[in-house]
Amino acid sequence: MVTHESGGHHHPPSGFIRKYIFSIDHKVIGIQYYLLALFSVFLGMALSLLMRIHLVWPNLKLPLTPGGIMTPEQYLALVTMHGSIMVFMVLTTAPQSGFGNYMLPIQIGAEDMAFPVLNMLSFWTTFVSLVVLVSAFFVAGGAPISGWTAYPTLSALGQITGPGEGAGQTLWVIGLAIFCIASLLGALNFITTTVDLRAKGMTLGRMPLTVWAWLVTAILGLLAFGVLLAACLLLLLDRVAGTSFFIPGGLVVTDTPITGHTGGSPLLWQHLFWFFGHPEVYIAILPGMGVASHVLSTFARKPVFGYKAMVGAIGAIGFLGFCVWGHHMFVSGMSPYSAFAFSLLTMTIGVPSAIKTFNWLGTLWGGKIHFTTAMMFALGFVSLFVTGGLSGLFLAQPSLDLYLHDTYFVVAHFHLIMGVAAIFGIFAATYFWYPKMFGRMLNEPIGKTHFWLTFIGVYSIFMPMHFLGLAGNPRRYADLTGANYLAALHPVHYFITIAAMITITAQLLFLFNFFYSMKAGQKASENPWNATTLEWSIPSPPPFDNFAGHVPVVYRGPYEFSVPGASEDYIPQHVTPEKVGRAH
Amino acid sequence: MTRKSEEQGSAAVAFTLATFLVIFTAVTVYLFLAKIWWFPVPITQFGTQIDDQFHRTLVITGVVFVLAQLGLALVIFRSRDHGQQVSFFEGNSTMEFVWTLATIIMFVGLGLYGEHAWAEAHFQGAAPGAVQVEVTGQQFTWNFRYAGPDGKFGGTKPELVSASTGNPLGVDPKDPASKDDVVSPVMYAPEGHEVELLIRTQDVTHSFYVRELRLKQDAVPGMVIHMHFDALDPGQYEIVCAELCGLGHYKMRTFLNVVSQAEFDKWMSDQETALQQQ
Repeated sequence: MVTHESGGHHHPPSGFIRKYIFSIDHKVIGIQYYLLALFSVFLGMALSLLMRIHLVWPNLKLPLTPGGIMTPEQYLALVTMHGSIMVFMVLTTAPQSGFGNYMLPIQIGAEDMAFPVLNMLSFWTTFVSLVVLVSAFFVAGGAPISGWTAYPTLSALGQITGPGEGAGQTLWVIGLAIFCIASLLGALNFITTTVDLRAKGMTLGRMPLTVWAWLVTAILGLLAFGVLLAACLLLLLDRVAGTSFFIPGGLVVTDTPITGHTGGSPLLWQHLFWFFGHPEVYIAILPGMGVASHVLSTFARKPVFGYKAMVGAIGAIGFLGFCVWGHHMFVSGMSPYSAFAFSLLTMTIGVPSAIKTFNWLGTLWGGKIHFTTAMMFALGFVSLFVTGGLSGLFLAQPSLDLYLHDTYFVVAHFHLIMGVAAIFGIFAATYFWYPKMFGRMLNEPIGKTHFWLTFIGVYSIFMPMHFLGLAGNPRRYADLTGANYLAALHPVHYFITIAAMITITAQLLFLFNFFYSMKAGQKASENPWNATTLEWSIPSPPPFDNFAGHVPVVYRGPYEFSVPGASEDYIPQHVTPEKVGRAH
Repeated sequence: MTRKSEEQGSAAVAFTLATFLVIFTAVTVYLFLAKIWWFPVPITQFGTQIDDQFHRTLVITGVVFVLAQLGLALVIFRSRDHGQQVSFFEGNSTMEFVWTLATIIMFVGLGLYGEHAWAEAHFQGAAPGAVQVEVTGQQFTWNFRYAGPDGKFGGTKPELVSASTGNPLGVDPKDPASKDDVVSPVMYAPEGHEVELLIRTQDVTHSFYVRELRLKQDAVPGMVIHMHFDALDPGQYEIVCAELCGLGHYKMRTFLNVVSQAEFDKWMSDQETALQQQ
């Protein structure tokens, strides 16, 4: 382990721009990422609300759809942008770049990230990518209609395949490419910081599970985003430079032969996209798993059950995450023999996930649970992760995927895991770390109300979607009148839409609580939760260099709760052994 | 965290959360058992095999689901702060080993069991003597081509494609094999007779999906993908598109009519050939 001073942190920044806009302080950058994700999640929810309303009231004149009644291409533009914004600007941002940036250096005893200026550039590059992505709504033809997965040739041939496939799709590709660059820079920073800047005594075996999760997530990001960047560049070239990476010859679109392209393969895009795309979903969930472990242990007043197995499971999920991308392609025309291999590997990845679930239960068993809002979201995370993960066992088998692929069963699966469990991880982290970040407590009654409405709400939205899928309701249908057999499913769709309306509205409670408590919340002490990790040893909020020049030394692991013989039910990591009180 | 008022509050919260999990689990199990919204009866033996594997998977995941959610509910209730001492333990290697092994055996075993049905769909080709149907997806319609008595599909050319003048597939009139080709927007298949599908697309990726066959296959630009089925029950079944293909994706619906061999032969002989339709 190398110790050296992090770049130039001897003087606090001065001036508004340096302090809050182009800050190189990981804490400010973490909050900037979080606020970007907060904006994006509300935008993403608004888009999905419009989608759900249109599906059950298709003739309703809606605001924001020019002309009144939503057209199929407008619906598909919403589908595309909802997915893209949520996956990239919320799930890849808040858990890792948001909380990771803020808490990683502090939890390992560092004064900042290894590359503070690069960190600032990463945020602003992400910001630019969001602007470029959202601008697709405002160009002629509107936003693209090819889904967040942008399969060619729909996404590669230009305007001729549909509205939004002109400038809108091009902007989407460019926005994503810029996001890839930002993510790669961020990943470099996280890995270097974790490897190099740990304080004395902070061995790998004493790192909080949040740090392990951020580290493995960063490794996944480093290896995966380069592939997406390459795929985006190839797609861009196909679209504007006449190349044929993804476009075969002999195509005819609406009676118009497509000339000038030959030899490409749409499957190549799928391989590249999903080689990135599968690790991406683990990037979305791993930090949440780290937070869940951390929060469950803290509020059960018990060590994490099986710390080593938990670390191993994070690593196994990360590694196996790179081996399973073909399970998105079982019916794609890919070799059925490789489908067999991908299937077994995918079933295998359920094993470390199951281990983590057992260990979360083991952490709680025999504990003494304090039901703070953060804890409730962490408990909700466990329930949601189990539900969402189990539906994966159906989809992992190609014989079953034959029926379920591209139906609402898949929509149920990935929403429960990403659109809910990962979000619950973000909420748990927010309720847990808000006092540290802003020096104020969030209002607990409002928090608990937010939890209940959301927990009941999300199960009400996404549980019924399994049945839509079993009945064969395909995905990405702008209208439910295209096939006769969908008529019987209309009541289910109504229920889902009503549930969505209530659940999305309930998030306003969170928004209110978040901003109101910044000024009006009860002032937070240094360690309101009696927690053990290093961030709880510094003021709330922390000084600009985290430890006010006194970098801690670490003497023990991160989850020393209710240790027999100790006077308190927690022993912080930085307290010297002599100072640990003994029970009488 | 030693304030006494916390204990009273935590009993109410623990009870409510545990109860919610129990109710949610019960409702979910009921809905899966009641099969109110479910897949239709399969019309092939292959479909029956798929359903068997589905039920196997449902039972295993169902048991795990119930145990996990109820386990969570139990733990939440029992471990709420009611002034008890914490039971300090950091792990249990034996338990870790046992449940890891059990999970591996269950998950991988389940996966291996299901591979047989996949192999039947994909590792083997169509039985000899199968009726060949070329399935072509395009924005936003399906067309089905039969080779006719000569058993050969005529060539097609992109520049000849013209839906508006009755040649949606661009069948080449100069190719003698084209003379008896039949093109139809609706698929007919004889019951109890193997059908081989040659799935292709003219423009973007589509996906041919018939629920009752338990069959789905993407139609990929530049590829012709072979699938096969043997339908045992006559009837009309909906064919829908299951891969986002543009603004008309939701209405790319047509029909598979499974009829007796005699009716199928009559239908074939009644059809105009593709060239006659132009």
